[in-house]
Amino acid sequence: MNFVAAESPAFRTSLSGVPIKPLYSPADLADFSAQGEIGRPGQFPYTRGIHESMYCGRLWTIRQFAGFGRPRDTNRRFRFLLDQGQTGLSTAFDLPTLMGLDSDDPRSVGEVGRLGVAVDTIDDILALFDGVDLQKVSVSMTINAPAIVVMAFYLAAARQRGCDWRQLRGTIQNDILKEFHAQNEFVFPPEPSVRLVVDLIAFCTRYVPQWNPVSISGYHIREAGSTAQQELAFTLADGQHYVQKCLERGLSIDAFAPRLSFFFNAHNDLFEEVAKYRAARALWAEMIRDDYGAKSEASWKLRFHAQTAGCSLQAAQPEVNVVRVAYQAMAAVLGGCQSLHTNSMDETFALPSEQAVTLALRTQQVLAHETGVTNTVDPLGGSYFVESFTHKMKQDADACFRAIADQGGMIAAVENGYFRRQIADAAFVYQTAVDRSEKLVVGVNAFQQPDRNPIAVMEIDPATEPDQIDALLAVKQNRSGADVTRSLDALRHAAEHRDNVMSSLLQAADDRATVQECVDALADVYGRFRPSAAW
Amino acid sequence: MNRPPLAQRILLAKVGLDGHDRGIKVVARGLRDAGFHVIYSGLWQSIDAVVQAAADEDVDWLGVSILNGAHMSLVPALLEALRQRELSHIGVIVGGIIPPADQAKLIELGVRGCFGPGTPLPSIVEFCNS
Repeated sequence: MNFVAAESPAFRTSLSGVPIKPLYSPADLADFSAQGEIGRPGQFPYTRGIHESMYCGRLWTIRQFAGFGRPRDTNRRFRFLLDQGQTGLSTAFDLPTLMGLDSDDPRSVGEVGRLGVAVDTIDDILALFDGVDLQKVSVSMTINAPAIVVMAFYLAAARQRGCDWRQLRGTIQNDILKEFHAQNEFVFPPEPSVRLVVDLIAFCTRYVPQWNPVSISGYHIREAGSTAQQELAFTLADGQHYVQKCLERGLSIDAFAPRLSFFFNAHNDLFEEVAKYRAARALWAEMIRDDYGAKSEASWKLRFHAQTAGCSLQAAQPEVNVVRVAYQAMAAVLGGCQSLHTNSMDETFALPSEQAVTLALRTQQVLAHETGVTNTVDPLGGSYFVESFTHKMKQDADACFRAIADQGGMIAAVENGYFRRQIADAAFVYQTAVDRSEKLVVGVNAFQQPDRNPIAVMEIDPATEPDQIDALLAVKQNRSGADVTRSLDALRHAAEHRDNVMSSLLQAADDRATVQECVDALADVYGRFRPSAAW
Repeated sequence: MNRPPLAQRILLAKVGLDGHDRGIKVVARGLRDAGFHVIYSGLWQSIDAVVQAAADEDVDWLGVSILNGAHMSLVPALLEALRQRELSHIGVIVGGIIPPADQAKLIELGVRGCFGPGTPLPSIVEFCNS
């Protein structure tokens, strides 16, 4: 089947359904102050980027997300990626760890080390980063509900290895609100969950000043099916909620705002994505400066990591995913990301094979070193189309902010299911459009090529689960039960008295308490959250 | 008097810890719009709970969505639990991230159909209607 572009409705709206005209001109910039909104790179409102020199000064960090099996398996992948020219680490944890369960819990059966690396105790963190100089390589950890527990393990491990916390650079995702909207790995109810986020921000602000204690994430919101506009607005609204809670805790805006980081999706529609990133920077700068009175320029600058869209990858003709990923990566770079993950072509079947992840890494290296996109700062700046699309993004986000306020604010909108309904609606609209061939997906509803040989995919060593459980049991046998009991009692006490739980978690980590033991102690105080099954 | 044929009943379930529910919610709406009676389990179901719900709801189909790589332990356990409860007449379909080799193994074990990313909704509807 062949399609003529001009006849396809897919080319008349953006991927997220925004009407797109065939031609843009200065008239499209007439209804806003182009000079004020566009500005210059490195200057408020940072529409054109947070640095004056952008990639002319320094490339983005190439940070591939990796994690599977036992800690030593992921450690091997980390070292491989660093050898191949990756410049930062990014850790994927398995589902039991993300849900605050140990590897020997009955609910973890079949899931240990499957979707990420299994971590039960500080010993696993030590093995995971064995041989990695934590004072030199920045480390990202993607975990949310038990983020503060895993961060305590990380900091305790770094201390045991003699690292100075003030030298540690990295990011822990620690964004629980987007779990309630989309990703669904939450444990505690919304309010105490946010309290833990603020505990970690407060602790890192004081003791780990170069660390990003939260990565406010639209990525998963988009993966769950939202539009680009919803991704933008819901993410910034989440960020705003954390800011308010930090201020209520007594932190000064300029003390913590410079270390708030963001994480966005890089989807197929190049210009919509670029507009999204540019609008995000401008909206955030305006919010932090004008609504919260931040004085420091570092507070105004929205820094973000981008990951290409996992949900855009197709099982049909998987090699074509390499092409999708390359364009998506270019959108992220043209939009001014600070770090980037490119997905592997085989992720519609399994976790990436070494061969596939190498190709994904090379995709970034070609982009950085061969295409010339780094030679000029914000090369799309001033484009009639891109600037007016950026402006429209900001307007659409404002409409979303009003809708959230109409629901009664962030927590009310989480609890009444507003975000989940909005996202599910958008996902269904998109799938219906694809099913009707109103949106073309190469290999799926156009240009099909059936009966092709499947590609090789990675398999997880079946010994992972029993090995990990054995290692956990050995730790439990060799530790002092009395010390663990004492540190967990201290943790419960801190939670009950609304003290920052971080110092008692650091003690628990040193005493070799497990992730689940710490999470259960917190749940004793905070309770657990069950979502509705609404669809 | 002619009664309209009863709608086919399908239980859609998320088993294990996997929270990726975009696909199953889209499938739920698609099947409902095609006239199916859809029951969705919500997240984090145990196999026992899913089998109990399938029995209680007297379903024709049970659709399980798995994106966490645990399909080769969870799905065989589910099929076995259905056998033990004498519910093997319920057609089991699986969706999600399943490597092609594993899809073939699951079909051999008794799964009726596997649907990966990119499957159009009408083809799932057609499969369950045929």
